[in-house]
Amino acid sequence: MLLQVVDLKVSYGNIEALHGINLEIKKGEIVTILGANGAGKSTTLMTISGLLKPTHGAIYFDKIPLHKMPAHEIVKLGISQVPEGRRIFGTLTVKENLTLGAFTCKDRTKLRKNEEWIYELFPILAERRDQLAGTLSGGEQQMLAIARSLMSDPSILLLDEPSLGLAPLLVKSIFQALKEINRQGVTILLVEQNARAALRLAHRGYVMELGRIVIADTAENLLANPEVRQAYLGG
Amino acid sequence: MAEFLQQFVNGLAVGGIYALIALGYTMVYGVLKLINFAHGDLFTIGAYLGLTLLTSFGLADRVGPGVAVLLLVVMVMGFVAVIGIILERVAYRPLRNSPRLSAVVSALGASIFFQNAVMLIYGARFRVYPQNLLPKISLNLLGIYIPLVKILVLVVCVIMMVGLYLFIQRTTIGTAIRAAAIDQEAARLVGINVDGVITLVFIIGPALGGLAGLMVGILYGQIKFTMGWIYGLKAFTAAILGGIGNIPGAMLGGLILGVVEALGSAYISIAWKDAIAFCVLILILVVKPTGLLGERVAEKV
Repeated sequence: MLLQVVDLKVSYGNIEALHGINLEIKKGEIVTILGANGAGKSTTLMTISGLLKPTHGAIYFDKIPLHKMPAHEIVKLGISQVPEGRRIFGTLTVKENLTLGAFTCKDRTKLRKNEEWIYELFPILAERRDQLAGTLSGGEQQMLAIARSLMSDPSILLLDEPSLGLAPLLVKSIFQALKEINRQGVTILLVEQNARAALRLAHRGYVMELGRIVIADTAENLLANPEVRQAYLGG
Repeated sequence: MAEFLQQFVNGLAVGGIYALIALGYTMVYGVLKLINFAHGDLFTIGAYLGLTLLTSFGLADRVGPGVAVLLLVVMVMGFVAVIGIILERVAYRPLRNSPRLSAVVSALGASIFFQNAVMLIYGARFRVYPQNLLPKISLNLLGIYIPLVKILVLVVCVIMMVGLYLFIQRTTIGTAIRAAAIDQEAARLVGINVDGVITLVFIIGPALGGLAGLMVGILYGQIKFTMGWIYGLKAFTAAILGGIGNIPGAMLGGLILGVVEALGSAYISIAWKDAIAFCVLILILVVKPTGLLGERVAEKV
């Protein structure tokens, strides 16, 4: 088990947002979390990344407990998040954004290899490397956000709504890139509103409702599940 | 023309000092979105500390003026930096998640504390720097006489600014500081220790502010426990003028403010010196509220 979330409860002030959720992700898998707005998907990712601290429960990465670690230490372990809304550094150049992505990586040769791989994956970023990141188009910014996360050479990539606000064609190419990233051995945990695309890509999926996990199944079964079809796939 | 040049150079020297102080305001504002009102008092502490080191330890007599000044610079910067770190830990860090106004009030409190502490330790009267520290020579350049001290001040300011600029723009740590100023959460997510960045900012800013205090002491010879107020205000004006949060902006703003002030007091009236400086502030706030270099790239959503 690469990542294990056990009975996780998280609160914002007095309001509990996660009421004890359990997740398990094996090495090499693509797992997706589906759910409506406010279901607790982003909260889950933020807690795994260490930006939020749980009130109860535990998170283990390769048996190392994460739930008390500061966020920057968690990145060092090999868990990297592409946050919702991309959150790239707009007034820095593309190159600088990528350099910061590798902030935790001190191995120079590995770094260069990573950079080459990323430019291969997203050639447009190589073209724009000296441009300010804020001047990129929405799709390019999403690519940069993913590329930045990959620079730390993660074993698992957490993605929060990578398709948000992108044209269908761009969504397709982003998801293709994710498939390729996974093929290179990076485990992926994907939070998505675009349930159909997410389930086509993923091996397994969880459905969240109001801070609880209500269904856990393989992607195939979820795609066929009438409840899921009704609620998330438009009938 | 000689008169103009003379005033221009005077302005640059004062402007360099404003710029050094302004850097502290702008860097702290950059990462914490907080105006560190105690920054002017760190500048005062730098000036008094320099005095103590010079008079109590007789630094100049023991090692000669050149080495003494160098030692002074290092020691004052180091000590004021330590005070900066303590200030952040005690007055700002516990309020990190409170409403922003709480931290501002805490900053004002820290300012009052420092000012009164200096007064209690050193007394409320003017104190005088030893006058024989640096040789009183003036250099003749292009028909104007510039005292050696002024040239030294200007050189030190330029070295510090260029050094800081290169550090911020060219190194990974510098880039991390800029990133933390843009988006702290995103910075955490790429593995930047944001608390570490904030501590670093509270090392660099106070060190430069303390150095500025030392230079004012050496340049003008007279210091008072309230000096941090007016210098702090001027430097804050400089930071706004250049665009608060923008590091090159603080440097540019400081130099411009110093020159405008010097020329204004020469050609209009010295009595109007402060009024001119603050008119510049009002003008920039009306015409370009983001400051000269404070432009932001629009964020795409």
